[in-house]
Amino acid sequence: MLMSEMTYSEGIRTALREEMKRDPSVVLIGEDIGVYGGAFGVTAGLWDEFGSDRIIETPISENSFIGVATGAAMTGLRPVVEIMFMDFIALAMDQIMNHASKLHYIYAGQVNVPLVIRTPAGGGRGYGASHSQCLESWFMNVPGLKVVVPSTPDDAFRMLKAAIRYDGPVLFVEHKLLYKKRGEVFECQDSEIAFGGAVVRRAGTDVTVAAYSRMVDLALDAADLLVEDGVEIEVIDLRTLNPLDSATIAKSVEKTGHFVVVEEGCKRGGVGAEVAARVAEECMEFLDGPVMRVGAEDSPIPSAMSLEAQVLPVADDIVVACKDALAW
Amino acid sequence: MIDLYHKMLLIRRFEEKVEELFSRGMIGGTCHLCVGQEACAVGAVSVLGKNDLVISTHRGHGHLLAKGGDPRRVMAELMGKATGYCQGKGGTQHMCAIELGFLGTNGITGGGLPIATGAGLSAKLRNSGQVILVFFGDGASNQGTFHESLNMASIWKLPVIYFCENNLYGMSMSSSRSMNVTSVAERAVAYGIRGYSVDGMDVLAVREAVGGVLDAVRGGMGPVLIEGRTYRFVGHSKSDKRVYRTEAEESEWRVRDPVISFDRYLPGLKAREAEVLRVQQQVEAEVTESVEFGMRSELASPESALSGVYV
Repeated sequence: MLMSEMTYSEGIRTALREEMKRDPSVVLIGEDIGVYGGAFGVTAGLWDEFGSDRIIETPISENSFIGVATGAAMTGLRPVVEIMFMDFIALAMDQIMNHASKLHYIYAGQVNVPLVIRTPAGGGRGYGASHSQCLESWFMNVPGLKVVVPSTPDDAFRMLKAAIRYDGPVLFVEHKLLYKKRGEVFECQDSEIAFGGAVVRRAGTDVTVAAYSRMVDLALDAADLLVEDGVEIEVIDLRTLNPLDSATIAKSVEKTGHFVVVEEGCKRGGVGAEVAARVAEECMEFLDGPVMRVGAEDSPIPSAMSLEAQVLPVADDIVVACKDALAW
Repeated sequence: MIDLYHKMLLIRRFEEKVEELFSRGMIGGTCHLCVGQEACAVGAVSVLGKNDLVISTHRGHGHLLAKGGDPRRVMAELMGKATGYCQGKGGTQHMCAIELGFLGTNGITGGGLPIATGAGLSAKLRNSGQVILVFFGDGASNQGTFHESLNMASIWKLPVIYFCENNLYGMSMSSSRSMNVTSVAERAVAYGIRGYSVDGMDVLAVREAVGGVLDAVRGGMGPVLIEGRTYRFVGHSKSDKRVYRTEAEESEWRVRDPVISFDRYLPGLKAREAEVLRVQQQVEAEVTESVEFGMRSELASPESALSGVYV
């Protein structure tokens, strides 16, 4: 049932509020998430509602407050941590990849780590090299960590609820430019709360284009542009990177015979590299052309908006990649 | 008093046995032994309650045994057997016994500090009444996690005892070269908490230091930093030739051996000859049984390697 139309940011906040009301063990941990409402205002208003026992404002100590959340998760709480900009997650890598992601396995199931790490990624706002990156590819290389990348308000709402209820660690990657994106958000019953696999956002017959987060919108823009050339692309929203729903991709590639994967992060060694390899392993018999990747240039992200636009992918890049895939 | 001796002797004999089995190739990987540091583990843990939590380091066999760990299951874990505490998946540096309130040894220097702080936050928010005691070394006190964790625990008044086993070396790096203070306990000032430095070879002094703050920590006073000044009689790990310290220094500390010179620290115990002898025999039997148990246990099954991974 339609709850209401809301922004991506409101979808996240609504999920937090509902889960905090439902389960007293859900706590928020992070920098400036109290009265300030978080750097992007995602937690605005929750402080008044839940107070300092449920919203733990931390000093600027990323590695240790992820560790604090891990220790709390091991001992009965369900923390949702906010890392203010995804770039800052570099400060917390040890606690994420050596601890939160591994403790359940190495301690042979004696502990669970129901931890959610929310963080906004992405450029497009002229914030420069240390406040604009998409680093999710790093985390696809960490066994034991779920990586989710919603692109719509409804997915953000539902997938965050699923993440909070999941017994393992989840990296929940938001996108700064999506926070104000509006869309329909549907109520979900407990039985409907799930991460969900990849989903087809636009059906097409000629090229399969897999994207996630903000790049889904760019892929849909590219689809409109390609119609003029008589090309119909099928746009798949991956929604989770770990696990990766390669079955949905394969089903589409079997139909189209061509494949392009799109990410905003660095193309070299990126998400697309893994997705492309999976397509090569699993879909060779369907492919009629080379797998193409679209991603950021091999460069730090410059601050000036005019320069930033040279580094980050745009819809035209997807158009070109689709044409290249078909031209082979 | 006899219990303290029993635990210390068990840890000593257990570690010596591990060293022997390691040399014979019956234990693989690496291992960091706590020979010489037994008084810290036993003294600190002996005053904790059953529900209190302990978080440990890479040098953690003694901490687990002090918290009531079954030597057989510790040994089995070191041998990679299915009967080990973590079914062979954890090994020496990643060993957990949740039913004992032992939240794990930890392979990253300083890695357990924020986790202990989080367990303290959880204990406080859940009103569980638990105290968390986390061990770490002088080396870890130079990690960012040390400073970040003590600061957070202080501002939130968490029930955590940060116990530094200052054995004077972070691997080969002398603490006199790695920090410009003479004691780790002095660092407490920076976080507005109490810091105490005690003789880490003296089990009663350690016990008194931890016991002396336990009620206040449990009652909401906030965290405390305690430093036990101790010495590892063996190398950092098996490959260590100990070229960074002198034989004279080692000899000086050997005189203060908390186990062999137990009568120095446990006055009157030597006179209880029969009890001491009985404990010694019991420990020999426990260690022997741990080896036999480990040997006769099955290896973890190959298919278990991929079980229990999230996602």
